[in-house]
Amino acid sequence: MRHVFQVRIGPIGFRIGSDWRAPIAQLETLYAAYPKPEDGVPDFTVRLFAARPWRRVVRPAVMIGGDYILPEAAPLPLAQGLLAAEMGMNLQMALGQRHFLLLHAAVVERDGKALVLTGVSGAGKSTLAALLSLRGWRLMGDEFALLDPATGLLHAFPRLVSLKNASVATVAAEVPADRLGPMLEGTPKGTIRHLVPDAAALAAMDAPARPALILFPSFGYDSATRDVAQSEVFVRLTQASTNYVAMGERGFDALTALVQGVPARAIDYPDTDSAIALVEAAWAAR
Amino acid sequence: MNDSRGDIVYRMARPETLKIVHLDSFTAVFHRASGITHLVTSPVPEILAALGEAGMTRADLMARLSVDYVLGDAEEGSLDARLEELVATGLVAVA
Repeated sequence: MRHVFQVRIGPIGFRIGSDWRAPIAQLETLYAAYPKPEDGVPDFTVRLFAARPWRRVVRPAVMIGGDYILPEAAPLPLAQGLLAAEMGMNLQMALGQRHFLLLHAAVVERDGKALVLTGVSGAGKSTLAALLSLRGWRLMGDEFALLDPATGLLHAFPRLVSLKNASVATVAAEVPADRLGPMLEGTPKGTIRHLVPDAAALAAMDAPARPALILFPSFGYDSATRDVAQSEVFVRLTQASTNYVAMGERGFDALTALVQGVPARAIDYPDTDSAIALVEAAWAAR
Repeated sequence: MNDSRGDIVYRMARPETLKIVHLDSFTAVFHRASGITHLVTSPVPEILAALGEAGMTRADLMARLSVDYVLGDAEEGSLDARLEELVATGLVAVA
């Protein structure tokens, strides 16, 4: 690979190689405050390469490669090379992670205890995590919760927060422009803009936290909160995990302990202000 | 009762091959041999508990369960079906 960037996000080291300079330059800017992989050895490698040799210069199209690939992934235009890098990093984690039980969830921390926000795509995990991080919570991650089966602790994975569509303007209104990446229009997920986690999130990225509350947010409904039974939490979290089956017995032990030890609630919210209020109320009542 | 199966002894899979965690409305059973998590509800946990390591015939199992539960013909048919499913998944062994 002609251009290479390395970064450590929480306990995970990545090496991103690219046929083009542009995506690497954007990663260098946005991940400027992050450490490098420990001992210089990355856990996962992502490659951004041209779909065909001439596509490096003629209507450049970015293919995503790495240790783990989705064979039918479509190439992205070079203007979305940053998104391709992020998708590649997520893919390596989702398919290759074997140390931590991975839950598709956002995590924020306060007073040393972690709040897990999980739910289907579009439930508002990234938006809520970003907004909570602007209201006194430490951002541990907006995409993956890393549950250590040996300790029951959640480890931070504070990658760039991926804001989508309406949440771009909502969050952009509250943060300085230098914490935002380029506006990526017309991606497979709509409009995307990345948010750089704040200094507190990066400074504490190596500090794990014990899970204290699991919330299942749903956007688009009148405000409501209900308890979620352990059995339902178990099923929803196995569905939210990318590597539950691969983790075998360690995954079973970690997940049953989490489900039995941590209260869970579903919150429905019509707008972000309501969501913040519901989260704070659920946290206070846990 | 099916006489051809009368002598068959059903046993819970060896305890070291199972992990059983009771959640509120169902029980999660991790089967080490296959790596599969089974989510089961009554009467499966009761069947596994009754069979135990020693095992018993179908008739003994029905007799044991009828001590704690009211079993009609429909329930016995359902128990038969669950028992066969448990054998198929490896959670119950036959001898």
